[in-house]
Amino acid sequence: MTTRIDNKFAQLKTEGRAAFVSYIMSGDPDMDTSLAILKGLPSAGADIIELGMCFTDPMADGVAIQLAAQRALKSGQTLPKTLEMVQEFRKDDADTPLILMGYYNPIYIFGVDRFLAAAKAAGVDGLIVVDLPPEEDDELCIPANKVGMNFIRLATPTTDEARLPAVLSNTSGFVYYVSITGITGAASANQKNVEDAVARLKRFTDLPIAVGFGINTPEQVRDIGSVADASVVGSAIVRQIENNLDEAGRPKPGLVDAVLNFTKTLSQGVR
Amino acid sequence: MSTPNSFKTGPDERGLFGIFGGRFVAETLMPLILDLEREWGAAKPDPAFWEEFNMLARDYVGRPSPLYLAERLTEELGGAKIYFKRDELNHTGAHKINNCLGQILLARRMGKTRIIAETGAGQHGVATATVCALFGLPCTVYMGATDVERQAPNVFRMRLLGAEIVPVTSGSGTLKDAMNEALRDWVTNVEDTFYIIGTAAGPHPYPAMVRDFQSVIGTEAKEQIMEREGRLPDSLVACIGGGSNALGLFHPFLDDTDVRIIGVEAGGLGLDGEDHAASLTGGLPGVLHGNRTYLLQDPDGQIIEGHSISAGLDYPGIGPEHSWLRDIGRVEYVYAKDDEALEAFQLCCRTEGIIPALEPAHALAHVAKIAPELPKDHIMIMNMCGRGDKDIFTVAKHLGFDMSDVMGETTQ
Repeated sequence: MTTRIDNKFAQLKTEGRAAFVSYIMSGDPDMDTSLAILKGLPSAGADIIELGMCFTDPMADGVAIQLAAQRALKSGQTLPKTLEMVQEFRKDDADTPLILMGYYNPIYIFGVDRFLAAAKAAGVDGLIVVDLPPEEDDELCIPANKVGMNFIRLATPTTDEARLPAVLSNTSGFVYYVSITGITGAASANQKNVEDAVARLKRFTDLPIAVGFGINTPEQVRDIGSVADASVVGSAIVRQIENNLDEAGRPKPGLVDAVLNFTKTLSQGVR
Repeated sequence: MSTPNSFKTGPDERGLFGIFGGRFVAETLMPLILDLEREWGAAKPDPAFWEEFNMLARDYVGRPSPLYLAERLTEELGGAKIYFKRDELNHTGAHKINNCLGQILLARRMGKTRIIAETGAGQHGVATATVCALFGLPCTVYMGATDVERQAPNVFRMRLLGAEIVPVTSGSGTLKDAMNEALRDWVTNVEDTFYIIGTAAGPHPYPAMVRDFQSVIGTEAKEQIMEREGRLPDSLVACIGGGSNALGLFHPFLDDTDVRIIGVEAGGLGLDGEDHAASLTGGLPGVLHGNRTYLLQDPDGQIIEGHSISAGLDYPGIGPEHSWLRDIGRVEYVYAKDDEALEAFQLCCRTEGIIPALEPAHALAHVAKIAPELPKDHIMIMNMCGRGDKDIFTVAKHLGFDMSDVMGETTQ
């Protein structure tokens, strides 16, 4: 089954460039603002969008995304509202792949089958669920594959070759290589290490390799894009939202443009 | 649900107790969790490992802890014969050290050179800092900023023992956030760091491993009661936050099905509102901190802060084995409220000359509820899992006693 994600990577291959993947947290700082940013991302150069699903206990995230989740929760964001946002987004955009990223509990409580049906209907293409390693594939990964939803797995510097086949089985769309041992928004990876890691992954899979964690500048987007199939930026974009809030945490005028302009600058790295 | 032949065989190879437990962690941690499982699998049948554990448990911790017949309390309540398993007499004042000792021996076996831990009230932090001092390993303890403020004496204890304390301001700044932050540290420092989790929760193999280290409590209690009474007890009672002291007492008795087993959660201000920490009575199964278990959460699957007068019980989750024991019906789970625990706290001071921690005061509150109705030949063992020195400030506040004006009080 070909998905929007497969098509996007095939198209970029003919263009001869890497994908730029941008992350924002749904509902940060509120649903309307967040939807406005979401709708603007494709023209700001986002080839693929990761939309965060907020959770009270984001144990793999650094401060920037933790705060984004707290802002979203405070504004009343929920999983059904995130799906509503995707539905709205799909009204104007039929091509940009959209991936939901987050933690398992809100999905588990919503109900796995019900969630997959609703996400599919809303126009979600893939899922990244941080706390579901291959050992827990029965929970969501296999049901997702059954309905034709890409389940995108994280590979990390600690994923050794003995483990790689397990990590790559049941994964589709692309492989997300976490370039550092650490949390989002922390240290940046060494370019040579990333290059080696991507080469190692390529020996085990034909899937595109996206690299994320610690990518903050157009130069880093470019460097990573020169050795991988996609560069992912999350925390740096989310920090732009944080920097454009007033003291009461409300969006200042111009927030959406500021975030999209910043994203556009980043996206030039792969162009 | 069918009844298994034994209640002691779990977890299975995937770390599951029924549907509970598992390994819900980020990929970065997964290889470490598998390493730990292998190493624990090798250490568990190794007599040399247990020889060292037992030697330190005896000479350093002071085990076995006594099984004490609380005669005046028994008389006061007028029913069941009440024994205390006195783990509050352990070095560092609680059961926590049993587990820390086991885990640090494992850390050393794995060649890890740095220890991290989370702590709520500070008891697990103190116990971890203690074993780190004993083994000369650097120790970082994550503690919610709110708890750092509430538990200043334990913060200072940990500093004296050479630990670095990191106040956690993310989220709500309490125990669950401290655990998130410890996990973030671990993900970042996978090569050299061992995470000593303080309760029988977290990803497999932690729940089973912590239970095994704490089972020394129940194993001793069983021998001691056989010696004293020539028979098994009729009931066991223990308080539950994450549930490690309770599992430690319960586990060796699980297959003695005539023994009634009761776990007491923190009912806070009552179960009508959100101000409690009774995950089993007032929560739903969900996934947090590496395992599926009963959790306090809202309809969107967002985790709700637990509340209890006892900082050691206000965790929104519970060890997965308890969730299974609840669903299968082997253990009864009840709750005691803040004010009931305070009552029991004072009752114990007055009748036994023992100042209990607020955590076992919850267990005692339930003992005080049921003991009067039970016959005098009913033998009950309650786990006195911690001493109350750390809680006197909290209790004083609730009883309206001004600690800054002690002189005025005594001269009146």
